[in-house]
Amino acid sequence: MHIVDGALSAPVVIAGSAVAVGGIALGLRSLSLEKIPAAGVLSATFFVAALVHVPIGPSSVHLIMNGLAGLVLGWAAFPALFVGLLLQAVFFGFGGVTVLGVNTVNIALPAVLVGLLFRRGAASADGRVAALSGLLAGSLAIVLTALTVALVLWLSGDEFLAAAKLVVLAHLPVAVIEGLICAAAVTLIHRVKPDLFDALTPPPSASARPA
Amino acid sequence: MSHALGHAQSVAPTTPGPIQAVDPRARILAAVAFALVTVSLKSLLVLLAPLALAGAALLAARLPPGPTLKRMALMDGFIVFILVLLPFTMPGDPAFTLFGWPASWAGLERAAGIALKANAIVLMLLSLVGSMEPTTLGHALARLRLPESLVHLLLFTVRYIAVMDDEYRRLRRAMKARGFRPRTNGHTFRTFGYLIGMLLVRALERSERILQAMKCRGFTGRLPLLDDLRYARRDALFGVGTATALTLLLILDVWHAGFV
Repeated sequence: MHIVDGALSAPVVIAGSAVAVGGIALGLRSLSLEKIPAAGVLSATFFVAALVHVPIGPSSVHLIMNGLAGLVLGWAAFPALFVGLLLQAVFFGFGGVTVLGVNTVNIALPAVLVGLLFRRGAASADGRVAALSGLLAGSLAIVLTALTVALVLWLSGDEFLAAAKLVVLAHLPVAVIEGLICAAAVTLIHRVKPDLFDALTPPPSASARPA
Repeated sequence: MSHALGHAQSVAPTTPGPIQAVDPRARILAAVAFALVTVSLKSLLVLLAPLALAGAALLAARLPPGPTLKRMALMDGFIVFILVLLPFTMPGDPAFTLFGWPASWAGLERAAGIALKANAIVLMLLSLVGSMEPTTLGHALARLRLPESLVHLLLFTVRYIAVMDDEYRRLRRAMKARGFRPRTNGHTFRTFGYLIGMLLVRALERSERILQAMKCRGFTGRLPLLDDLRYARRDALFGVGTATALTLLLILDVWHAGFV
């Protein structure tokens, strides 16, 4: 859900931009120069995944997959999702200019949060634990995104309250679908390449190894 | 160049217009300044001017109007329900009633204001910045002092969107050949999950090969940006023109507010 220019109040836009700058800075600090190619290719993959449309009855929704991005990228999800949103705004016209920070926070903050919460579970050796973590991460990220969008709308004026409620309601089926898809994706990664979850933030023991 | 961003390329002009001759940094700064000024405008009547300016920029960038305007309409689809709700949720003098719900003038004005601002800004962004190559955008942002690692991330993302999109299309073709048709059911969700998981696995393996290949070529973690961005006379003219137009908008807005 992209918010457009002109709807939000100035304090909300400024606060959102400040949080986005902080998140991006933290995310960049977690990316050593060696890891930027991996982060870039993964960021490109999430950009492509957002073009996938899933049918819901006669209509369809496009995937967001910010929960999975949080699991795979950790804090780097912040700059990676920012880059995706920047490209979508500039080349597709989705979103806007002044709201870029707010839109980044709406998508990336939930991603980082569920990454911190469920990454260990998703990397678990037990397939069921991994799948469950994926399910929870995928759906919780969407619920949090919907709540953040609703919050920034509501903070911008009481007249947006109805729209804010509608945003949350409309995202509930999406949360279920994203959870199931994320669980399946984590299951596949668990079987094929379990160390994917450590690719960008290796466990302390591995990073302490002499190069 | 790319398919996914290639939507953008299909909109790219066949012959570059006067906008493309302007320094990319100046175009980015102008688009941001335009957005900030437009968002701050209060008068509905004055808000028609930014939309006209954006339309002029669209022509000057020689973007095909059809696809670009279609893209703008697509963005309107996102927000239409917010705009439709506004007249009914904002208190004020009723303009009309729908199923017993009064729609206020204040809400209608607010909705019209948001629609005008959002469309003008997106159209200007597509015309000034969307009309450059994605790589040029990265270079210009680097010259505008964005953190180097963020620019590198952007450049890698831009470079590999096309590759990963190819990979995605290949997998979708293979799925289709095996009779997969997306529906609203668990099988579809699981299949899409496996598809995205597989894409991520292949992406990571590819990135390992990329890093090795780049190290073979002396990659030290820094991409030298080989470009020669220099402000010229025409950029100064563009800058002065933009600043004048934006100042006029602000003055008009204050002047108009004084009358109401």
